[in-house]
Amino acid sequence: MLTLTCPLCGATVEETELAPGGEAHLKRFGPGSSDAEFESYMFNRKNPKGVHFERWRHAYGCGKWFLAARDTVTWEVFGTYPAQTTEPPADLVAKIKAKRPTWEGYK
Amino acid sequence: MSTRLAKGGRLIDRSQPLAFTFNGKPMRGFAGDTLAAALLGGGKSLLGRSFKYHRPRGLVASGAEEPNVLVGLGRNARFEPDQRATTTELFSGLEATSQNHWPSLEFDVGEVNNLLYKFFPAGFYYKTFMKPRWAWKHLFEPIVRQAAGLGEAPKEADVDRYEQAYAYCDVLVAGGGVAGLAAALKAGREGRRVILCEMTANWGGRAPVDGGTIEGLSPEEWVKTALQALEGMENVRIMDRTMVSGLLDHGYAIAYQRVADHTPGDGRPRHRLWRIRAGITQVATGAIERPLAFAGNDIPGVMLASAVRDYIVNWAVSPGDRVVIVTNNDDAYRTALAVLDAGLTVPAIVDARVQASGPLVQAVRARGVAVLEGRGVAKVLGRKAVKGVEICAQAGEGGAIQTVECDCVAMSGGWSPVVHLWSHSGGKLNWDETAAMFRPDATRPPTGPEGLALAAVVGAANGNLTLDAIAAEAGIAAEVEAEAPLEPVWTMPAGASDALKFKSFLDYQNDVKVSDVQLAAREGYESVEHTKRYTTLGMASDQGKLSNINGLAILSETLGQPIPATGTTTFRPPYTPISFGAIAGEARGEIFQPLRKTPMHGWHEARGVHWEPVGLWRRPYTYPKAGESHREAVNREIVNTRTNVGLLDASTLGKILVKGPDAGKFLDMMYTNMMSTLPVGKCRYGLMCSDNGFLMDDGVVVRLSEDSWLCHTTSGGADRIHGHMEDWLQCEWWDWKVYTANLTEQYAQVAVVGPKARKLLENLGGMDVSKEALPFMTYKEGTLGGFPARVFRISFSGELSYEIAVPANMGLAFWEALNAAGEELGVMPYGTEALHVMRAEKGFIMIGDETDGTVIPQDLGLGWAISKKKADYLGKRAQERKAMVDPDRWLLVGLETLDGSVLPDGVYAPAEGHNANGQRNTQGRVTSTYYSPMLNKGIAMGLVKHGPARMGEVIDFLGDKGAVIKARIVDPVFYDKEGAKADV
Repeated sequence: MLTLTCPLCGATVEETELAPGGEAHLKRFGPGSSDAEFESYMFNRKNPKGVHFERWRHAYGCGKWFLAARDTVTWEVFGTYPAQTTEPPADLVAKIKAKRPTWEGYK
Repeated sequence: MSTRLAKGGRLIDRSQPLAFTFNGKPMRGFAGDTLAAALLGGGKSLLGRSFKYHRPRGLVASGAEEPNVLVGLGRNARFEPDQRATTTELFSGLEATSQNHWPSLEFDVGEVNNLLYKFFPAGFYYKTFMKPRWAWKHLFEPIVRQAAGLGEAPKEADVDRYEQAYAYCDVLVAGGGVAGLAAALKAGREGRRVILCEMTANWGGRAPVDGGTIEGLSPEEWVKTALQALEGMENVRIMDRTMVSGLLDHGYAIAYQRVADHTPGDGRPRHRLWRIRAGITQVATGAIERPLAFAGNDIPGVMLASAVRDYIVNWAVSPGDRVVIVTNNDDAYRTALAVLDAGLTVPAIVDARVQASGPLVQAVRARGVAVLEGRGVAKVLGRKAVKGVEICAQAGEGGAIQTVECDCVAMSGGWSPVVHLWSHSGGKLNWDETAAMFRPDATRPPTGPEGLALAAVVGAANGNLTLDAIAAEAGIAAEVEAEAPLEPVWTMPAGASDALKFKSFLDYQNDVKVSDVQLAAREGYESVEHTKRYTTLGMASDQGKLSNINGLAILSETLGQPIPATGTTTFRPPYTPISFGAIAGEARGEIFQPLRKTPMHGWHEARGVHWEPVGLWRRPYTYPKAGESHREAVNREIVNTRTNVGLLDASTLGKILVKGPDAGKFLDMMYTNMMSTLPVGKCRYGLMCSDNGFLMDDGVVVRLSEDSWLCHTTSGGADRIHGHMEDWLQCEWWDWKVYTANLTEQYAQVAVVGPKARKLLENLGGMDVSKEALPFMTYKEGTLGGFPARVFRISFSGELSYEIAVPANMGLAFWEALNAAGEELGVMPYGTEALHVMRAEKGFIMIGDETDGTVIPQDLGLGWAISKKKADYLGKRAQERKAMVDPDRWLLVGLETLDGSVLPDGVYAPAEGHNANGQRNTQGRVTSTYYSPMLNKGIAMGLVKHGPARMGEVIDFLGDKGAVIKARIVDPVFYDKEGAKADV
């Protein structure tokens, strides 16, 4: 059972307090988008072995969504950050790069 | 034959005899005995039957790794099957029964399987029960179910109490042997918060039996001193009878404390499940001795060498008068010394090594015991008990050189570190060629959130199998006899014939033999994980404790590859089975899950309501009167509501307040309808879709003021829809100025429904509820009978209807006031079933009936509720996809049987032809179906291909047992088609 630190209320909490929300930093495609764009937004997910960005909601706490960068193999948590962003913070990306030199970036 | 020795037994108290029964027969043991020791001491060596072949089985081990002797304990509400005799502490009055035999343990008909062993090879089930197809269900499965399985499931509810506890520590030490005690002492002295768990009732692990000295003390004295020191530390919590059963993500450990197994019924919880979050876990779980794979190695009386000396030293139980020792290492010679010290005989030591010459070997030789070097056991003689062994050259094929009479065989194939906890969360292993064992690789530990090791392994679990090595690792001094290296032996003899391999067991519990693993390899099961599943090797409670290394060594040999290339199977928690009671803890009965109650819950209950669970809520289904069936009660409630007036407790409806400058814009995205243009004081029925286009919720939206809207959701959907709104607000449109609040439990809500609804509210008085003042689909705030009320003119029944929300704490009083004011009008409460029938009579859809996650609003004729003006809403793009605009989609229609009967729910209408799987094609299905008391016939709604274009057409539906039911496609609005009754 994972522990994650909610960046909004600062509490380090167990997985049972959280609700998972899948991959982070998806770009929504609405009316006017092509079938391929909509398909990639709605269905295609990265599912990497290694560094992954995820959405979590502190469902049984402050109720806020936040994002987490995590290694899906070792369960190392590189950091959590508020959901109001379209890409991971630069300092977090640098931290992951330092720890995982072969990582190809979040895109 | 086994017996109790007159002297000795370091764990038993002979002044406290305990009476117990085995298969109903009275027996006696002593305080400090395990059930296994007491049975063996009482002369019982045949103690169970094997899983597949029903072979006679006895004790192999003395601890958690015991595969054979699983018994039923207790009776009735305290009965528990599959309990390991070796880990069951004896208490006065214990009742044990053996398992998996019929009619008796001594004479078991199922043993016929043993004679047919050649017909039960690996993968037997997969190979045998394929054809004919019908036979599995009707012939094979009933027989297999009867024959397979170990103990029987308890029939009564468990009367014992279980609980769970949480704990946090810097260091969790799993195992109370020398390594664990030393690790706890070190961490404790450093001032760290320590939890030390030992799964048995006794501390010290193997050291008190195996001997040596630690810091100048005997192991027993050293353990006592260490425990005293730990007990004096406030930062150390010590728990015996507590097994760390799993070590999971981020240092989350599960520990299973058997609080009162040995003192049943004393009022304490029987088991306690600890959920421990540890900074680091010191895995000090020791090692398990490996059996040797020779023919007949499962006959009662063949035991692990370490178990033989445990029974002698710990419990003064002799497993036999003449003990032949079979080994490939020096450690087993300790068993010879223990046997000799107890005054028993060692007729021979069969050592597979060509030369045995270590100090322990010399000590045994000095006492006149014959050590047969380079020898192996060809086979064990006997059926229900050991009678002797045939000895052969280990290098050969099993030709007997001599026969030795004996009644016990003590075997040792070396030791395997218990690496389960290390491996549960990803710790890696290395193969140690010299010691022939997998040991933890400290450079590849399981890691926690910081990327650092969450576990370390110490002692025998780390591959330090001798006392001096354990002590050296812990930084303390110890002395013990030196041991010469072992020689790996995977089959005995090395060239054993097929006939011998058919009787050489690897996994006792699952009856897997050397021949099975070799067959699996020949049939192409090269991955160890596949072989495990094909042969069942190491499955069930064994989890690789006894069988793992031998099995994968033989697989490697057969495949001609080194053992590390084969690797191990995955170690999964729990280490040994834990009780369902402990997993459930206190979450049973009334507190299994929280129950949500409306303010009027008690009123309903007092009137004998029949409840319907809706999410965590209980809603009244119907209020039957004396002598009334549920069906009759529902019909009465409907007729009364449609002719007089009815009351529905609608408090469970979701009520979400959406407020802010951008609230209108936000709701335009949430709903398919246009909500931003809804005038203040007006209500609008809204549909909510996921961004994948499918209908997920519906409800009436009310514009309360310029910047606030109240969104009603389905009863089950309130929390989910609130979460859905927050998701989009927080993660997509976070710059929009919108706030949401889930007010569901802040208001009690009552639907006042029927032709006399207005009269009832006028009786209460306080506000004008006339058609002019409060027209259909509008909202007003005021007081009714003195209650502050929000009144919504909305209708889910097609009747004149008011839904009225009052503060939750006034809900019951308001409900009672409505009942009093309506008495002269014949008011009656109605439940959810009447609500369903009335909405179906009106053709209103219900989320979860007409929708199932694959239905879009357009399927349900709800195109009118989809705004054409909006550039975007959740689901709009998805609904433009080819499959969503396919003219062949099934569409909502009404259905009426030709004979007026009620269609079965969920039935399908077949169409011409068959699909690729040979199933009949379909053209529709029933989504809602009821008896309408107003129309006195069955009415139904369903989704039918091209449905609305086929009005009047009669199609077939398939009922039970091929029954064909003819139904006509009709308009889904069955009652008051003009809608005259609601808008009055």
